[in-house]
Amino acid sequence: MSAPLIIEDIRPLLALIAPWFGLVGIMWAGEKRANLRESITFITASVQAALVLSMLPIVLSGAILEFHIWQIFSYVPMLLRVDGPGLLFACVASILWIATTLYSVGYMRGLHEHAQTRFYSFFALSLSATMGVAFSANLLTIYFFYEMLSVSTFPLVTHMQDKDARTGGRTYLGYLLFTSLCLLLPALSWCYVWLDGGQMTMDFMADTGKVGHFSETTQIVLLFLFTYGFAKSGLMPFHSWLPGAMVAPTPVSALLHAVAVVKVGVFCVYRIYADVYGVEVLSQMGGEEWIMIIASGTILISSLIALSQDNLKRRLAFSTIGQLGYIALGAAIATDRGQGGAVLHIAMHACGKITLFFCAGAIFVASGKKYVSQLRGIGRRMPITMGAFMIGSLSVIGLPPLGGFISKWYLALGALDRDATWVVVVLLISSLLNVFYLLPVAVTAFFRSEDTEEDDASIKEAPWPCVVPLACTALGCFAMFFWSDSLLKLAGVSP
Amino acid sequence: MMGDAIAWIFIFPLLGSVLAALSGFVNRKLAYPISVISMVGAFGAGVETLLQAINSSTHEVSYILGGWTLDLFPRGVGIEFRVDILAGLISIIVLGVGLIVTIYSKLAVEDETPNKESIYYSLMLLQITGLAGICMTGDAFNLYVLIEVAALTGYGLIAIGSNRAAAATFNYLILGTIGASLYLLGVGYLYIKTGTLNMIGIREVIEANGLADSATMQVAFVLVGVGILIKMAFFPFHVWLPNAYCNAPTTTSCLLAPLVTKVMIYVMIRMLLSVFGVEFSFESTIWVNWMPWLVVVAIICAAFMALAQREIKRMLAYLIVAEVGYMVGGIWIYNYYGMIGSIFHIISDACMTLCLFLGTGIILRACKTTHFDGLRGLFSKMPLTMIGFFIGGFSIIGLPPTCGFFSKWYLITGGMVSERWEYMVVLMFSTMVMVVLFFRLIERIHLAVSESGENLGKGHGDLGLSKEQTRFNEAPLVMLIPLLVSASCVILIGIYNQEVVNQIEIFLQDYDLPTGVDH
Repeated sequence: MSAPLIIEDIRPLLALIAPWFGLVGIMWAGEKRANLRESITFITASVQAALVLSMLPIVLSGAILEFHIWQIFSYVPMLLRVDGPGLLFACVASILWIATTLYSVGYMRGLHEHAQTRFYSFFALSLSATMGVAFSANLLTIYFFYEMLSVSTFPLVTHMQDKDARTGGRTYLGYLLFTSLCLLLPALSWCYVWLDGGQMTMDFMADTGKVGHFSETTQIVLLFLFTYGFAKSGLMPFHSWLPGAMVAPTPVSALLHAVAVVKVGVFCVYRIYADVYGVEVLSQMGGEEWIMIIASGTILISSLIALSQDNLKRRLAFSTIGQLGYIALGAAIATDRGQGGAVLHIAMHACGKITLFFCAGAIFVASGKKYVSQLRGIGRRMPITMGAFMIGSLSVIGLPPLGGFISKWYLALGALDRDATWVVVVLLISSLLNVFYLLPVAVTAFFRSEDTEEDDASIKEAPWPCVVPLACTALGCFAMFFWSDSLLKLAGVSP
Repeated sequence: MMGDAIAWIFIFPLLGSVLAALSGFVNRKLAYPISVISMVGAFGAGVETLLQAINSSTHEVSYILGGWTLDLFPRGVGIEFRVDILAGLISIIVLGVGLIVTIYSKLAVEDETPNKESIYYSLMLLQITGLAGICMTGDAFNLYVLIEVAALTGYGLIAIGSNRAAAATFNYLILGTIGASLYLLGVGYLYIKTGTLNMIGIREVIEANGLADSATMQVAFVLVGVGILIKMAFFPFHVWLPNAYCNAPTTTSCLLAPLVTKVMIYVMIRMLLSVFGVEFSFESTIWVNWMPWLVVVAIICAAFMALAQREIKRMLAYLIVAEVGYMVGGIWIYNYYGMIGSIFHIISDACMTLCLFLGTGIILRACKTTHFDGLRGLFSKMPLTMIGFFIGGFSIIGLPPTCGFFSKWYLITGGMVSERWEYMVVLMFSTMVMVVLFFRLIERIHLAVSESGENLGKGHGDLGLSKEQTRFNEAPLVMLIPLLVSASCVILIGIYNQEVVNQIEIFLQDYDLPTGVDH
């Protein structure tokens, strides 16, 4: 494979700092000028998405964009690089931010939430950090943005400022900071010292496969330190922070805990497997099978837990943990198509799951209901919402013609490339479990009759700013199936 | 002439000190501007000295006090001030912190020590002179004198506060004097053995005469080492520190907390590297075997004691004890990265401790208490102060890109290279304790939940406070700006860590520390 053309370009940095300007604007507008504040958020999100999308043609043509910010250590720069997987992730996150902004307006105003300025400010910061992770070119850069994301989402998780928020916030930060400071940091330091006589750049492109110089034990230990160090990936047993973080307002759960934060985790894991270890080293070392088993276990166990959850948001959270397991599994399969499938699944699952969360929030705004068992017959009152929920469910389950099918297809192909038939079996069982815990929600909503004694007659669709985004993302699940060419190309698996 | 700037570093604050004391007879309000001007002058001279040291071919500047010297073997008998890059860096930190605290002090000194401003500023300038002198002197006995200058003025600065400060000062005085006396005794042994008090001279004689096996030298090493450990509040010699810092006036704790312990770490590095020499300190003594384990105990105990506190100032005091453990550990894991980490941590810890204490001073002024229960709603009341304070906190935790991350990075790397896993594990442990400490503070300020977990407000962000209590009411600029300057220093030193580390590496070229990497 010939070396790709590298172009120096400032756009990745601009996409990163656009939210900072937004932040200043949001704080300036403040609580008194709410419309102006929301407009600024909306404009910022659009600018960011436009910047990210404008890089698409260049990257699709096979080039790579780079921007050098500053020199962290003599050999390690803070370097931004836009390649296929990174851009794919950035596109998904920034486009869905636009949808979430509109949705937040409906949700936050619908519930008369307090401290909305703080909410929008830290939302913008989180998106800046997400862009940073997507565009990072080396391990240290990605670590910086990873930590920035952990801290900047804390005020969002504890938004309610009450007892539950405290518990959720403690679990959230406890898991994330413990793993990143106590597991990840030593692993990074190890690489920095022992690779290349201390001259390791930690670069994803330049240093791929250099860990192969270590002894096998070291490689395996490092693999585990890295995998669990990025605990945002939700691999068991470090997954409990995600259900805990569901105390946050639903827009936060939707964008951050279905798209940005958790996907940052698995994206980092993908970077480690694909660009630090590399397919060749990873497939020969013998530690990756353990990860595959753990990931499969995560998928099955979390799906089973999801079955038993009555709280809709918690059910979705455990579903997310399972779907994250797919991505870790795909990355650990160590074949090109498996890792491509993992990257695709980041995008496909994002679109499906954000729809589901939007729906859960819309139901809460319209009716105040949080539990699956309360939803009987609500589909007839809120047809658009529950229709979108149905589409999102089908996409997460992985049925054509929806986006979720494509990524699962490539994951299965990748597993077969490696002769790991059992992975395909795991995928099938898990899809079946997905059917069991997702479809009953929609089915109950549409086909079970309402409880007559409740005065549900007043329930109607949530305000339009809530409904439009979820309809759009539901349609997006179709679009990603029919226009998947460029997605496949970005993920590096073009047929 | 080269080196004259060194003299100015002393002349400015000494002169300022005398003038500030005299101003009491004319107008007490004059003491503040006099102190600020003399600190600006001293800081300027310090920068000039550091630049001279960096640019000179030998990477050091020397100044013979009064030009009074006799060319006897091995070095003159006069007092020499030698500023190499390490001394330059640390003295810049001392002078910089001194300048910031002096500017910050205006309101706190007027409030807490009314009618004593002139004396207070006079002592404060002397204190800074003493600390800067410790960093720059090249003479082992002169170092003792300057340690005492700093200590005596320190006692005064603490005791001038509340009534409870007197007992704390007495405690500090006893332990401080024991430490300094042990050090002096050690220097006496060194003088008997080598016939010189000049630091470089002592090392030259040790190396030339092969004194490494001498029992006298071993005794001298132990005396000097233990003396310094007491002075730097290394656990279990820390008992003087928390009470002294907590009962002292705000400005005093802002000045002493970032500097005193850190300067004593510098003295330890200076003694090990420049006086006893790397080979003697690390190869001929057994300290290297068990010091890291003492450090482990020290950090764990200090971390637990910090966890037990319910008052910011006291919590920070125990944090300092833990941080001292970090730095001592970085030295005694005996390798290149650990030493870089320790030196860098002196610099970054001074900045972040300054940041935290300046913030605490403002909180104390606004809330009349630093107890955790009184802090709710501070984010809306004084957001800028809180940002500054928590930048310091994040740096203590070690979140990038603050300078605390980079010093921790080098310390961990050092532990890894030397394979001192116990040190690495304890660093991780204390990092997690710091996370708990600071995010618990954030919780107490941000959430409407009491410590036992009851909701205090009516939900939806209601903190259970009156409008008056959460109204925007930022600290006065003369306090806020120094805080924000020190917070930006925390970040800037982090971002430009490589520039600082490059200078530290130039300093360490002369010393043969193992790097551990040999592929």
